[in-house]
Amino acid sequence: MGAFGGQEGRERRWRGLDRLEARHRSPRSLLVALVLASITVITLDVSSGTRSPLEPVRRVVGEALGPAESVAAGAARPFTAVPTWLRRRSDLTDQVRELEASNAELRSKVELAGFERNRLEQYDGLTSAATDLGHALVPARVVAVGSRQSQSFTVTIDAGSTAGVGPDMTVVNNDGLVGRVLRVTRGTATVLLIIDPDSTVGGRVGSSMEIGFVHGSGSLDADAGLDLRLVDDASVPSREDTVVTWGSSSGPYAPGVPIGSITDVYSSLREASQRAVVKPFVDFSALDVVGVMVPSGTDSDRAIIEADGSLR
Amino acid sequence: MTRFRWVAALGAVALALVVQVSVFPHLAWHGIVPNLCLLVVVAAAMTVEAPFALGLGFAAGLLLDLAPPADHVAGRWALAFTVVAFLVARLRQDSRPNALTVVGTVAAASFVATSFFALTGVLLSDPAMSVTGLLEVVLVAVLWDVLLTPFVLPPLMKLFSRLSPQWAVQ
Repeated sequence: MGAFGGQEGRERRWRGLDRLEARHRSPRSLLVALVLASITVITLDVSSGTRSPLEPVRRVVGEALGPAESVAAGAARPFTAVPTWLRRRSDLTDQVRELEASNAELRSKVELAGFERNRLEQYDGLTSAATDLGHALVPARVVAVGSRQSQSFTVTIDAGSTAGVGPDMTVVNNDGLVGRVLRVTRGTATVLLIIDPDSTVGGRVGSSMEIGFVHGSGSLDADAGLDLRLVDDASVPSREDTVVTWGSSSGPYAPGVPIGSITDVYSSLREASQRAVVKPFVDFSALDVVGVMVPSGTDSDRAIIEADGSLR
Repeated sequence: MTRFRWVAALGAVALALVVQVSVFPHLAWHGIVPNLCLLVVVAAAMTVEAPFALGLGFAAGLLLDLAPPADHVAGRWALAFTVVAFLVARLRQDSRPNALTVVGTVAAASFVATSFFALTGVLLSDPAMSVTGLLEVVLVAVLWDVLLTPFVLPPLMKLFSRLSPQWAVQ
């Protein structure tokens, strides 16, 4: 009897173990295979740079998921506007005070406008930025934002190749430079923001016309700013100075687009160079409507804004 | 049945991805959003057999690597999610997980996945990031994922156990 019971118990345990083992059998070979597959993908993407064999795959995934992202962003838009309705009286009073302050500031700027205009003419004469007005803007909205966990600062906009957008085009909003287009699908485009640590923009200091490079800081915080390094070690940029793109008509960034203003200047003795912190004009944590600079006369599926301000 | 299970699982991953990149940025804290794709993978690894969970982890990671706003080196999330799916499937108990176990597993999985992704970034020097910045990202990501666990994990685990009853924990 006892022997029988023991056998039965063992039997049950055996079955139990079997079940346990089947479920917990660690699929080592599968793990190794998938890890190797991941490493292969990484190697393929890293070693071949811009001509990555994964670009077509990215494009296909983008074609499939881009419209879904546009739809989701459109569905979420009415709800994201709700917080702006619910504001307290004190908030509104604060806002009035802020607006009064900025109004006063603007008035003082207008009084200086003549001087500024003369200066602007000088700049334009020097950089011949004024001749480069052959650009039109394709309006677009941000529909998806890359997460900080992924460590790259990129957004998806809802204008793609059918809207006339192509790689390396400049993206701006009403405050200044936003970034450049990395890749496009039919209905969407991926934009690299200038705050991305990998982003480098040719910049020019407004008052001295000195050129340098503006690097992203990898932070959404406006105070963290961008990093400006001037080519000429001897020149010292001044604070409050505006930095604009230096750019070329063929390169990724169009010339003369405002980037930000200099807030701090450090001189590094070790590197014998000047380093300045540039506070971007664009608020990257609240990006919504942007414009992509396309050559004037581009065919587009939507109304595009021409250089003289007309809609076409 | 298995084909239908794959379709349902990949559909859940795609939906999670779209919500993660298009809706949650409005609620993001310094650009850090909850990693919904990771939650789908963890739910699968806690409910169904390990090979399926591993495959789903790889697929979800690869989708996150290639879907539009992403511009990092592809394959990094795939690697992180595969490892996390393996660990969760390995460590799961043979009894029905209670709420605390689920939350603990999600927190650990989120920590491992985000740090693993950050480590591959350091190895590849994909973007240069400071250690304090990385720590902030990892901790806030864990907090976000734990916060969403009560809303996301139970329906997902129910879905997976209904799709593969032979593997579900009674």
